[in-house]
Amino acid sequence: MEESVRDRRARRDMAGLLLAGTSGILVLAAVGMVFLYAPRELTMGDVQRIFYFHVASAWVGFFGFFVTFLAGIVYLTRGRRRWDILGLASVEVGLTFIIMTVVTGMLWAKPVWGTYWTWEPRLTISAVQLLIYVAYGMLRGSIEGAERQARFAAVYGIVAFVTVPLSWFAIRWWRTIHPDVLTGGEGMAVTPRMVQTLIVSIVAFSGLYATLLRQRIRLEWSRDRFTRLRSHLERKQSAGRPIRSA
Amino acid sequence: MDYLRKVAAIVKKDIAAELHTKEMISAMLVFSALASLIFSFALDLRGELAEAAAPGVLWATIAFAGTLGLSRSMAREEQTGCIDGLLLAPVDRTAIFFGKAAGNLLFMSIVEVALLPLFSVLFDVGLMEARILVVLVLGTVGYAAVGTLLAAIAVNTRAREVMLPVLLLPLAVPVLIGAVQATGAFLEGASLADAQGWIRILVVYDLVIVAVSVLTFDYVVED
Repeated sequence: MEESVRDRRARRDMAGLLLAGTSGILVLAAVGMVFLYAPRELTMGDVQRIFYFHVASAWVGFFGFFVTFLAGIVYLTRGRRRWDILGLASVEVGLTFIIMTVVTGMLWAKPVWGTYWTWEPRLTISAVQLLIYVAYGMLRGSIEGAERQARFAAVYGIVAFVTVPLSWFAIRWWRTIHPDVLTGGEGMAVTPRMVQTLIVSIVAFSGLYATLLRQRIRLEWSRDRFTRLRSHLERKQSAGRPIRSA
Repeated sequence: MDYLRKVAAIVKKDIAAELHTKEMISAMLVFSALASLIFSFALDLRGELAEAAAPGVLWATIAFAGTLGLSRSMAREEQTGCIDGLLLAPVDRTAIFFGKAAGNLLFMSIVEVALLPLFSVLFDVGLMEARILVVLVLGTVGYAAVGTLLAAIAVNTRAREVMLPVLLLPLAVPVLIGAVQATGAFLEGASLADAQGWIRILVVYDLVIVAVSVLTFDYVVED
C-alpha cells in the first residue's frame, strides 16, 4: 500500500493527539480518584493523598532514566541520532518527575514526620538521582558538536544508571544501621480503593510521560531541521545568490 | 603478559611526568592538609566528636583531593598532546584505561598514606590498621576507576575542571557511604565479619565500574 508523506504525517499527528487526549483524561481521572474515591487515611489524614502522585512520579522518573540507559547502549552500538534524542528527551522528562517526587515527598514529610527533609532511603536516592541527571544535562551543555555530545552523554547515562542499585543498597543499609526514629511509624493500612487509585495514578503518569517524551523528541527533530535549513541558507547567501522567501 | 607491559609503560610514563613536575601530588597533599584543617575548624573536632567524625572527614578529604588529581592527570594528557600519541600507539584502548586508572590509583594511594598518620595525630584515632587499609584500597580502586573514565569525558567539555566533580561525586555515592561506614565500624573495633556488608558493596562497585569502564572507554577516547 502506497502512503504519501502527508498521509503518514496526518496519521502520526492523529496518534499523538490520541495519546495526549488519553493521558489527559487519565490524569483527570486520577485527580478525581485521589480526592473523591480514595478513603481518608486514618493516622495521616488528607495529607496522605499526596502519596498517589508521589509514588507515580517516582516510578515514571526512574523508568525515564532506565530508558536513557537503554537508549545509550543502543546509541553506542548503532550510532543513530534517534537514540540520542530518545536518551536526552527521557532524561529531561524523567527529571521533571523526579523533582516532583522530591517536592511531594518533602510536603508529605513535613506534617507526618515534622520535618521537610528526612534521610529516608527512597527520598535520598531520588535526590541523588536528581543530582546525577542535572549533571547529565550540564555535561551535554558544555560539549561542542552533536556527535560528541551524544557519545559522551550515552556513556554517562550508562555508568550513572549502573550505580543506582548500589547507591540504593548503600543508602538503605546506612539508614537501617542508624534507625530513624521519624520513620518508625511508617506502616499504613492499605485498602483496595487505595490500591486502585495508585494503579490509575501510575498509568496516568506513564501516559503523561509518553506524551511529554513524544513532544520533546519532536522538538529535537524540529531543531535539527532548523539547524540544517539555516546552514543551507547561509551557504547560499555566502555564495552570493539571492534567497527566495520561504 | 604483553598487555600488562603496555599498562605498566603508561603508568611509568605518568610517574616520570609526575616526578618531573611534582605538581599533582603536592597539590593533593597540601589540599588534603588544608581540608582537614578546615574540617577541624568547621566541626570543632575534639574528643569523642573527632572520633565519630574522623571516617567521614577522611573520605570527604580523599574524594575532594581525588578530583584534583584526576582532572589534572587527564588535562596533562590533553595539553601535551600525549593522549593523541597514546591513541596512535598499537595498544588496546582498555590498556590505556587501565594504565591511567592505575596511575591515578597510585597517586591517590600516596596521598592516603600521608593522610593516615596526619589524621591519626590530629583527631587522635587509630587509623593505622590493616583492616582500614583494606577499606582504603577497595574504596580508592572504585573511585579512581570511575574517576578516570569521567575525567576522560570531562576533559572534552568547555568547563573541564569544574565538570569532573559534578559528574563524579553523585556516582561515587555507594563508595563514599560504604567506605565511611566500614572505616567507622573498624575504628569502633568491629571484626571483618561485622562490616562484611560494606566491604561487599565496595567490592561489587569496583567490579561493576571496572567492567562498565572497560566496555565504554573506547567510545570516550574515539576522537
